[in-house]
Amino acid sequence: MPEANNSQSVLKKCKTGIKGLDEITGGGLPERRPTLLCGGAGCGKTLLAMEFIIRGAVEHNEPGLFVSFEENKEELTQNVASLGWDLNKLIEEKKIIISYIYIEPSEIKEMGEYDLEGLFVRIDRAINSIGVKRVVMDTLEAVFSGFTNMTILRAEFRRLFRWLKNKGVTAVITAEQGDSTMTRHNLEQYVSDCVILLDQQIKETILTRRLRVVKYRGSNHGSNEYPFIIDQKGISVLPITSLGLEHEVSTEIVFSGIPRLDTMLGGNGYYRGTSVLISGTAGTGKTSIAASFIQATCQRGETCIFFAFEESMNQIIRNMRSIGIDLEKWVKNGLLLFHVARPTLYGLEMHLVTMHKLIDEFRPKNVVVDPISNLNAVGTTYEAQMMLLRLMDFLKARQITSLFTDLTVTREVIDQTEVGVSSLMDTWIVLKSIEAGGERNRGLYVIKSRGMSHSNQSREFLLTSNGLELVDVYVGQEGVLTGTARFAQEVKEKERTLRLRQELESKKRELERKRRIMELQIESLQAQFEGESEELETQIQSYELAENRLDKTSLRMAELRKSDGM
Amino acid sequence: MDDHQTKQERATEAVGNSPPHLTRHRLTLYVAGTTPSSLRAIENIRLICQENFDEKHELEVVDIYQRPELAEHDQIIAIPTLISKSPNAMRRIIGDLSNTDLVLVELGVRPKI
Repeated sequence: MPEANNSQSVLKKCKTGIKGLDEITGGGLPERRPTLLCGGAGCGKTLLAMEFIIRGAVEHNEPGLFVSFEENKEELTQNVASLGWDLNKLIEEKKIIISYIYIEPSEIKEMGEYDLEGLFVRIDRAINSIGVKRVVMDTLEAVFSGFTNMTILRAEFRRLFRWLKNKGVTAVITAEQGDSTMTRHNLEQYVSDCVILLDQQIKETILTRRLRVVKYRGSNHGSNEYPFIIDQKGISVLPITSLGLEHEVSTEIVFSGIPRLDTMLGGNGYYRGTSVLISGTAGTGKTSIAASFIQATCQRGETCIFFAFEESMNQIIRNMRSIGIDLEKWVKNGLLLFHVARPTLYGLEMHLVTMHKLIDEFRPKNVVVDPISNLNAVGTTYEAQMMLLRLMDFLKARQITSLFTDLTVTREVIDQTEVGVSSLMDTWIVLKSIEAGGERNRGLYVIKSRGMSHSNQSREFLLTSNGLELVDVYVGQEGVLTGTARFAQEVKEKERTLRLRQELESKKRELERKRRIMELQIESLQAQFEGESEELETQIQSYELAENRLDKTSLRMAELRKSDGM
Repeated sequence: MDDHQTKQERATEAVGNSPPHLTRHRLTLYVAGTTPSSLRAIENIRLICQENFDEKHELEVVDIYQRPELAEHDQIIAIPTLISKSPNAMRRIIGDLSNTDLVLVELGVRPKI
């Protein structure tokens, strides 16, 4: 690591390998320095410390020493075997040393001055034997039960921590939490480089574990309480809020699965990596919109996780089949993963951690949470909101397009979601049941869609056996009409148009008729005129003939009379 | 366990094959090099042994720097530590053993006041 050598002032960090903890601490624990890990009984100190040692040995090739004052090697081996770690194998491979220090207070009597050199020698021997880089002391405070001279102990602890630093090992010292102090014996006075506090709370029978970095000298760190869980794979801490708003933004668009909704959104769908909220009252078709979205994503060959908090997988599959969406197909070919859990099954944090883990393992491009409103049942609205905020940040940082459904109870206030997360969402589609004329129909509005010139109109939204359809609602003098009323109105409209067209055509025909009549009249007049003119011409001719004849006759008569009058 | 056994054997050899005696004291003092408290403890325990026990007692002084494995086996944390395994139950007396009376009480030589 040439960088680190160049600048001595930059604090080097030692990766714990524990999911999330390295993110919160900005890279791990302070290297070659002791870290104090405190917390009440049973809150996971030993496990966290052990995971630090094991991951160091396995993943970072740093041999570890685990000094245990409470549990012996066999107990520790058994405890971590359930997490899939073979401690004995690591010990055989000389990657880990477990040193069990047993103190029996009843045997011990103090007389005069002493020090803890025995402990030092023992740790030193172990460190040198396999080149230990990581040391855990769990829990050092057990020493307090065996010895009573506080002045000596304090001085010795001070010396121990300094000595550990000089040895160049990264140490984790665990300590019990006191009533009003972080540790029962104020160890935090000596270990001042990094202090991590573990805590667990039980609220309404649900256990939540939390981790907080109280202090980290020379480094910035996430200062919130981060929930963590212990499961089959060890400890997972949620560092989500530390991510902030620095995630990448995509201009790529993903289809909503409903063609007309895409156009309503002003483009071709949702932006990739954004969060979409579908809110609405019961039975307005929220899940159906989600299912359409899933179908569209799976058809593109993208993966998706469906977090269902209300219905079972089979129920959703059956229901969606009725609108022509076959989700089972996608489950079978591995593109769609269902995660079904009752919200009250465990705490919000546990839900969040489970979701995180699944997302990290399955690496989906899209996520659906149906519905988020049920999470209110577990914690307060604020807690649910915080959880969703964290989830959204997490999803956005991974460029996962997410769709949340939210059940609104009050029908009047549509501009407020139950969980109060609408402001966090990029796209918000509201489904509303419109009640009129003795029936209830579904209406759909796009309240907002960030960065898109979305439609301001409402649409009627139909669930058909071929999927979802959006139709224009009737907006006119009689208000917004939907369902049968809209249909009736449409029929009425059609009739009126038809009538108009008929009238128009009849007028046209009348005009034509009149023109025909006129033409006929002209024709007949012409015919009459022609007839009459013929007759007159005949008469004229006959008169001319007669005249001619008359002239000839008088000439002939004059000839005959031998008249010389010519 | 091996360490323990060899040590016991070695200790037995040191005193010869004399039969175990009820009041025979077997003591091990762990010290760390020549630190002041270690030196004081060695001096104190030698004096106590000379004045209170017969020659059948066993006293072994172990320097943890030389024999860290013994210290580990005996779960030694504090230095100096005097371990008494016989004749009474296991006792650990830590400190420089400057209070002779209390040490004798702890070792069961004198009754508790």
